[in-house]
Amino acid sequence: MLIDVHAHFLHERTPRADWRERNASRLRAGERVGITFHVASILGSWGQTSPTYFPSPADCRYGNDRMLDLQREHPGRVRAYVTVNPNYTDEALAEMRRCLDAGMIGLKLAASRRADDRLLDPVCRLAAERGVPVLHHVWQHRRRDYPAQEASDARELAALAARHAGVPFILAHIGGGGDWLHSLPVLRDAPNVLVDLSGSGVDGGMLEACLDAVGVERLLWGCDLTIETGWAKLRYLEHLLPAEEIELVRWRNAARIFPRGAFPSD
Amino acid sequence: MRIDVNAFLGAYPFRRVPGTSPEALLAAMERTGVDEAWVTHLPGIFWRDPHEGNAWLFQAGARHRRLRPVPAIQPEIAGWDEVLRAAGSARAPAVRSDPTFYGIAPSGPAMRELAAACAAAGMPLMLAVRLEDGRQRHPNDAAGELPAAAVRALIRAAPALRLVVTHADRPFIEEVHFGATPEEARRLWWDISWVWGPPEDHLQTLLETVGADRFVFGTGQPLRLPENGVAKLDLLELEGAARAAIESGNASRLQASAR
Repeated sequence: MLIDVHAHFLHERTPRADWRERNASRLRAGERVGITFHVASILGSWGQTSPTYFPSPADCRYGNDRMLDLQREHPGRVRAYVTVNPNYTDEALAEMRRCLDAGMIGLKLAASRRADDRLLDPVCRLAAERGVPVLHHVWQHRRRDYPAQEASDARELAALAARHAGVPFILAHIGGGGDWLHSLPVLRDAPNVLVDLSGSGVDGGMLEACLDAVGVERLLWGCDLTIETGWAKLRYLEHLLPAEEIELVRWRNAARIFPRGAFPSD
Repeated sequence: MRIDVNAFLGAYPFRRVPGTSPEALLAAMERTGVDEAWVTHLPGIFWRDPHEGNAWLFQAGARHRRLRPVPAIQPEIAGWDEVLRAAGSARAPAVRSDPTFYGIAPSGPAMRELAAACAAAGMPLMLAVRLEDGRQRHPNDAAGELPAAAVRALIRAAPALRLVVTHADRPFIEEVHFGATPEEARRLWWDISWVWGPPEDHLQTLLETVGADRFVFGTGQPLRLPENGVAKLDLLELEGAARAAIESGNASRLQASAR
């Protein structure tokens, strides 16, 4: 079994005219790599009618509906995160309840509000109540404010995780931009934060540093926007780790933090 | 046969990178099925006189026949033409220059002179767009990325020049390829190290629009995992001859024509 904990899909109300091809390409490449489940989200309209990282409640609903459609169309391949914008507390909580009731298995937070902001507490309390993990977009070492997102770094995510010790948090794409060497030391003392290995970065030494910082039990495999980099990291890990530890990264760690029954063999 | 045209030896100044010795590189090549690597002396890129790394690089190439040295040339330092002459006898498949790291104009007079000299010598010139993702570089690692305009300027400046450009992404490649005449474009080769695979399928698209004959296998190892290049090829819808051309055929023809 192989679980990609960080995948995305597109839909017809996004700026991408090639949305069908991209969705199909992800599934086709997944077959070749051997991905059993793509755990995926859609960030609203991906910028079409509200910003990708500040999606409107209406765009969140529409994107989440399309994710539910994909989960229904591919029950053996696709699982879904519910995406919300925590600036709209009431709408976010209602959307979480609606989508988790419909079978989604996690919460996706992008960069609509800094991770250590108290405004994230209501959605995290609901995640705890429903027993689902939170995948949080992270800029590894944010040195300034970047345009079009209120990005968080590992320190801020760790602060949120400390307030919600019963929730597993997934630090998104350690290879996805920014200084991963800055993130990893913060995570040593954040036991409920797991590291998602996705991202286009395939730096030599990065996987060794991840293992050293958080141990194999807190690593999750994923791809995000580049499936080849995910496959490359998996191949390298197969060189680094014994078979039983590879299984942890491939799927067992994920099966541990997602709701029981989210995947058929957990 | 698999040739990695984009590999490095020696320490990186901005972070600890494992596997930078010749022996470690050879082990990584074994692991990933790479038969031959074109190697650069990595620390030399950051030295005031990058030529000082070339002697060690030539020795490493002489000791390990699977490593082909790509010596560095800083064309504003007197004596650079000696490096170009020495490259041929040291089995170099190319020479390289990293103007943005040297702090010289990427398509200024010195680079144009180097381009002309490489063309006259029949020696391919290698340029890197970047070495690391700009979002993670050390605060004091402030060298700019190679502009696409510089590649266009150099390929136009020296009619017989052959350029190998590493670490370029799809927009960069498209900008240069379609900003060049067909004759100029036939003198450009791109390594695949920074081109995305699925689901964006940038490499698949480029192979259809630019052509498989323009691409060579490159990894950027050990700064980057060499497994990435192999995984990228394994995910392509590509017939065997085109894959063989990318993995080794195009690079073999390029070095065979180096005089």
